Amino acid sequence: MPEVLLGITGKDFTLIAASKAAMRGATILKAADDKTRQLNKHTLMAFSGEAGDTVQFAEYIQANAQLYSMRNETDLSPSALAHFVRGELASSLRSRKPYNVNLLLGGVDPITHQPSLYWLDYLASLAPVPYAAHGYAQYYCLSLLDKHHQPDITLERGMELLTLCADELKRRLPIDFKGLIVKAVTKDGIKEMPFDNDKVVKGT
Amino acid sequence: MDTLVARYSRPTYQQNEVFSEQDQQDFTDVVPPLSLKFAMPPVAHPSAWLRAATDDRSNPSCPIKIAHGTTTLAFRFQGGIIVATDSRATAGNWIASQTVKKVIEINSDLLGTMAGGAADCQYWLAWLGMQCRLHELRHKRRISVAAASKILANLVYQYKGMGLSMGTMCAGVTKEEGPALYYIDSDGTRLAGDLFCVGSGQTFAYGVLDAEYRWDLTTEEALELGSRSILAATHRDAYSGGFINLYHVKESGWEKHGFTDTNPVFWKTKLEKGEFSNVTSNFAE
Repeated sequence: MPEVLLGITGKDFTLIAASKAAMRGATILKAADDKTRQLNKHTLMAFSGEAGDTVQFAEYIQANAQLYSMRNETDLSPSALAHFVRGELASSLRSRKPYNVNLLLGGVDPITHQPSLYWLDYLASLAPVPYAAHGYAQYYCLSLLDKHHQPDITLERGMELLTLCADELKRRLPIDFKGLIVKAVTKDGIKEMPFDNDKVVKGT
Repeated sequence: MDTLVARYSRPTYQQNEVFSEQDQQDFTDVVPPLSLKFAMPPVAHPSAWLRAATDDRSNPSCPIKIAHGTTTLAFRFQGGIIVATDSRATAGNWIASQTVKKVIEINSDLLGTMAGGAADCQYWLAWLGMQCRLHELRHKRRISVAAASKILANLVYQYKGMGLSMGTMCAGVTKEEGPALYYIDSDGTRLAGDLFCVGSGQTFAYGVLDAEYRWDLTTEEALELGSRSILAATHRDAYSGGFINLYHVKESGWEKHGFTDTNPVFWKTKLEKGEFSNVTSNFAE
C-alpha cells in the first residue's frame, strides 16, 4: 500500500511512474529501487505488492514475453500481454499460494502506434484505462487526474501531470517514498525520463 | 358537576388555563433542554457496550450502524473562507439520505461542518450554538471562533473513549481574529489552519484542492475550486454524493451559494471541459 504506482496515457505515449523506496516493515532497505520490468521493445510493467512475489511474478512474465518474441520473431502487443498476464494471475489466484501482486502495464502498439494502459490488481481484475494508480496514490491522484487529464495530451504535459501528482503525494502522504522513477513508452521504445525528485513541497 | 361543566364550557382559547402549575411543569419537561445529562444503558461499562454494538470494523454484523462517510472542506483565502460539503448520509452500505445539511449555521457569522456520526455532530453543534448564544448574552459581544472551537474541543475531550465520532470544522470571521478556521475531532484534536478536508472523501478533495489552492484566489475562483473538489470526491468516494452545499464566509457574515445536485454538474464538467476522461459518454458502444 505505501508503494506508489502511476500511469498516464496521452496522444502518442504511455508514462509509468513507480516509487523508488523498497520498504520492509519500518525500514527503507533501498532508496533507488526500480519496480518496473520491460516485457518487450514497447511494453513496460510496473508492480507492487508482497515482498518476493512481486519480482518473481514480474520476471516470470518478462521471461515468457521474451521467449515468445524469440520463438516467433514478433512481439506480443500490449493488449495481448495484458490478457496473458491476467490469465497467469487468475490461475495463480486459484492455487494454494497465489501471487499477491498489483500491476500497471503500459505500452504502445507496434503497428498502430496506439498507446494503452492496463490496470491489474492481485484479484486479476483487468481494466484498460486512460490513467491509473495503485495503493494510497489512488486516493490522492485519481481525483487530480480526473480533473487535469485529457486523452490527447503531449509527453511534456504528461510529465507535468506526474509532477502535479508527486507534489500532492509529497504534501499529504505521511511516508517518504523516496521519489519516482519515470519511464516513457513511445513508438521508438522505452526510455527513462529525468524527473526532479528533490523539489521541496511546502505543506499548508 | 358545576366545576366539570365550567371546565368544558369555556371557549377554546381559555382551555389552556385549566392546567395546574404541576401540569405545566410536566409539559415543559417533556421536551428536555440540550444538556449533558444522558440516560445510560443499564450495563456495567456503557462505553465498552456501545463499542461492541457499533464498531463496524471489528464486527461487521454489529447491530447499530452509525451514519458515517462524508466529504467536507473549508479553506481560508484572501476573500474570506469557503466552506463546502456533500450531502450523503450512509449507514453501512445503505444510503440513508441524499439531502443532508452538513453545514450547520451556528449564528450569522459562524459555521460548523459535519463529518462522522450524524447524530453526534448535529447534537453537539446545536449545543455549541447554544453555548455561543449564552456567551453573547453574558458578555454582550460575539464569541471568537477560537473560543467557540475550544468549547467544542473541550467538550468532546471530556467524552474521549466513550464512542463519540465527529470531525468538524468551525469557520467564522470576527473583528478580533479576521477570518478564522479550526479543525476539531472526537479524539480531542483542535487545529487552526488554512485548509482542511474531512471525511471518507477527504483525500480526493485534497488532491484537487491542493493543486490549485493559492491565498490570492478571487472569490469566484475559490467558490469554483471548492465545489469542484467536492465533485471530485463524490465521483470517487462511494460514501459521498448527493448535493454540493457551498458557503462563503466574509466580514459581513456568511453567504450561502446554493445546494446543487452533483449529477448535472458532473456531466456539464465532463462534456464541456473534457474532464473525467475515464468515464464514457458513448452509451451506444
